[in-house]
Amino acid sequence: MTQSSMSFVRDKMLTQQKPPVSEVGAVRWVRENLFSSPLNGFLTLISLYVVYWIIASSLPWFLNGVWAANSLGECRQIIEANAGPGAEGACWAILRERWHQFLFGFYPMDAYWRPVLAFGLMLMALAPALYYGLRRVNMLMLGTVSVLTLLGMIGVGTDGFHLLLSVVVFAALFAVAALMPKKLLWLTLVYPLVGFYLLWGGSVWGPVGVAIGFGLLVVVWNKLQSRLGAVVAGGIAVAVALIWWLQVQPMVTTPLAHMMPIRLMSVDSDQFGGFLLSFVIGVTAVSASLPMGLLLALGRRSDMVFIKSVSVVFIEFIRGVPLITMLFTASLLLNYFLPPRSNFDLILRVIILVTFFAAAYIAEVIRGGLAALPKGQSEAADALGLDYWQAQRFIILPQALKISIPGIVSSFIGLFKDTTLVALVGLADPLQGITKMVRADINWKGVYWEPLLFVGVIFFIFCFGMSRYSMYLERKLKTDHR
Amino acid sequence: MTSATEAPKASFRLGMLIYDTRYRSITIQVIALVLLAVVLWWLRDNLVTNLADKGKDINFSFLWTRAGYDIDQQLISYTNDDTHSRALFIGLLNTLAVAFFGCILATIIGVFAGVLRLSKNWIVARLMTVYVEVFRNVPLLLWIILAYTVFTEIMPQVNDFKVTQAMIDSGTPAAASMLFDNTVAISNRGTSVPYPLLTHPLGGFEFLGIPFNFSFIAVVGLFVASIFASRGVTRRAKAVQEATGIRPVTWWKNLALIVLPTTLLFYALGLHWDVPHFNIDENGVWKGFNFVGGISIAHNFTALVIALSLYTGAYIAEAVRAGIMAVSRGQSEAAAALGLRQGRIMSLVVLPQALRVIVPPLISQYLNLTKNTTLGIAVGYLDLKGTLGGITMNQTGRELECMLLMMMIYLILSLLISAMMNVYNATTKLKER
Repeated sequence: MTQSSMSFVRDKMLTQQKPPVSEVGAVRWVRENLFSSPLNGFLTLISLYVVYWIIASSLPWFLNGVWAANSLGECRQIIEANAGPGAEGACWAILRERWHQFLFGFYPMDAYWRPVLAFGLMLMALAPALYYGLRRVNMLMLGTVSVLTLLGMIGVGTDGFHLLLSVVVFAALFAVAALMPKKLLWLTLVYPLVGFYLLWGGSVWGPVGVAIGFGLLVVVWNKLQSRLGAVVAGGIAVAVALIWWLQVQPMVTTPLAHMMPIRLMSVDSDQFGGFLLSFVIGVTAVSASLPMGLLLALGRRSDMVFIKSVSVVFIEFIRGVPLITMLFTASLLLNYFLPPRSNFDLILRVIILVTFFAAAYIAEVIRGGLAALPKGQSEAADALGLDYWQAQRFIILPQALKISIPGIVSSFIGLFKDTTLVALVGLADPLQGITKMVRADINWKGVYWEPLLFVGVIFFIFCFGMSRYSMYLERKLKTDHR
Repeated sequence: MTSATEAPKASFRLGMLIYDTRYRSITIQVIALVLLAVVLWWLRDNLVTNLADKGKDINFSFLWTRAGYDIDQQLISYTNDDTHSRALFIGLLNTLAVAFFGCILATIIGVFAGVLRLSKNWIVARLMTVYVEVFRNVPLLLWIILAYTVFTEIMPQVNDFKVTQAMIDSGTPAAASMLFDNTVAISNRGTSVPYPLLTHPLGGFEFLGIPFNFSFIAVVGLFVASIFASRGVTRRAKAVQEATGIRPVTWWKNLALIVLPTTLLFYALGLHWDVPHFNIDENGVWKGFNFVGGISIAHNFTALVIALSLYTGAYIAEAVRAGIMAVSRGQSEAAAALGLRQGRIMSLVVLPQALRVIVPPLISQYLNLTKNTTLGIAVGYLDLKGTLGGITMNQTGRELECMLLMMMIYLILSLLISAMMNVYNATTKLKER
């Protein structure tokens, strides 16, 4: 056998060939992502048709939209004149003429700056809680919100004095954010009272009195907590604060209101409406339901039989009935259970029951987070000699709340969406209350899609924003390495 | 030797109620109990005073008085001469009807959307993401109102279906036409669909005002029995496969077992359809003002079911997606390595594991859907909230009794659904040793 003379060793590298056309660029992407199999190709074609159908049936309607008109009839005339007889088009003129009612309801027009300012301050008050201690994010947030709020206030027509005052307040807050960002948390703490004062107006001394009560509560609790334990000290502090609010405060604030009458025009609750109402109910109920839900969740996991059973009954009852029945309870039944001839505001009653409702759901979410923690965590806390509240505060809750964040945010989103249901007890929510009222005007009779679209888009922006934020938070707080 | 020393007997001091952890929990519970009792007593006291002020009492006898109002959708017979309790029952049935169809439709939509959202097909996955995000982030009430408005404003008037003499002369078709071979008509008043009629019905009886129809019971019973029989065939096939390694062909046996008996029963009962139509005279001109025959489904029912199932479907889609993603890749890769086909991998390996994750959120979505049926009052659908919590309450002025009764019914409904689903959950749960 001899070496084959046919053997051949290539001594020169071949130049690299180009991949086939079907394996590069757009063609490859389309093959892989849209037509990888007959079924996928079929689905792609169907999807393309659906997208085409949606665009083809709605685009002309959007393009023919009319912004300047005084009635639906006029809108239709303009559309026919522009796009030929039988053409359909949106009549955005209704939004141009009535946008303020969708946003503020029947709030006095010359006081529109107050809700705008309150909303801007709310975002600022949220910032330190959301991005605690992050100086640059806080400054960015505060700066953007100040500018937007001021623009909004100019847009709704604010008098020079209050505009100037707001500029000063914003500048001061910005300075605080730049110099000592952690101090911004104070804004979060006092915001509820500021917001209340801005929205409802009245004398400034009422909210100040309430604030003093809370101050007393904190001082007493701090003094007694180390000696008597959290629960007992808390009870005494609440009692002291209650005495101040119910007995002492009127004697102090009434003369003050006479001597230094600093006041805003007071606005009744029944003038609230539109998104203002949704926000007031949603934000108040959300912030109040979080601590309540936390307590309920701890109660449900407690060793104390009585506390546990009360929590279970409360949570299960509320989760078992629809929100509407709670709202009707607020509007029809609550008065039966309050002292005779006490007549308090429907919005407040609704807020109370919506808070209960949200608290039950949040309690279950937090309980899920608590259950996900290994038992070793609380045993380790016991071994370190921490008492119950210390263990909860330093060991258990920071971990449990972190796990529950997505659930809590989705409860909040659900609650915010559910504020539209208050229309069914006669409040002017943006979706039904205001839309019906606008449509009752002879000029706008028959307008259906535009208000629905407008309200839907605003809800979408807020809810989608919240869900994206919760995703961001989830990523940021993720400390395990998986 | 160690001598056992007696533990020092601590004398009980009052301060121990607060400082000693053995007694503190009891102290706190007693205080909580007293506080709760005081609050409840205060509420009860207020209630009694308020009721006395208004000259009212707590009395459920109004349930047995004449209702006097009409309900446009009813599953069993009802007239306005019936009692309030009968109206309550009709409302409850309407609630259950919406919940039943809504749950089925929402599950179908949700499973499809959830699986398709994970598809490798770019455009399908994006489309499903848009669907899920849009429906989850906009209030349900808006979808219900939107669906209802679409039906009542866009659908043609009944008049548009009519063929007049002038139309026949000029040869123009009617402005609107019926669907599915002229059997279904969607007008702005309602959806008219064919109604099944039997030539030889089996009769029935009425018990406590609830009708029991033997024909219906026979059909459902036979259908369930044939499903069980077909499952028996599948089980036999599996046993044969495990013994011999050859799986007998079963698909035609199963198909025949499920379809044939029910079809034969329908034939024996003489099933025919009462199709909605207009009376037509000898020239082909349509007479009258509305469809005759068939049955008309009100738009508030249809809109409610569609909106509820699309909305809940978006949530179910997320649950399904989360469930499938929770099954680790290794599982399906291992199944592929064993040589299973794609469909088998899904049905034998991935789905059984994913179901464990999917079922608990699915239960809570069913519960949500059932509770959300109360939003039907926004489009005038008379469910439990519309009858008992709406018209009955307004007519009798008994808010307290009506609300209590309604809350109890919803509570029982919720507990029942979650109990049923928990039983199912227990069967699919991971069997741990």
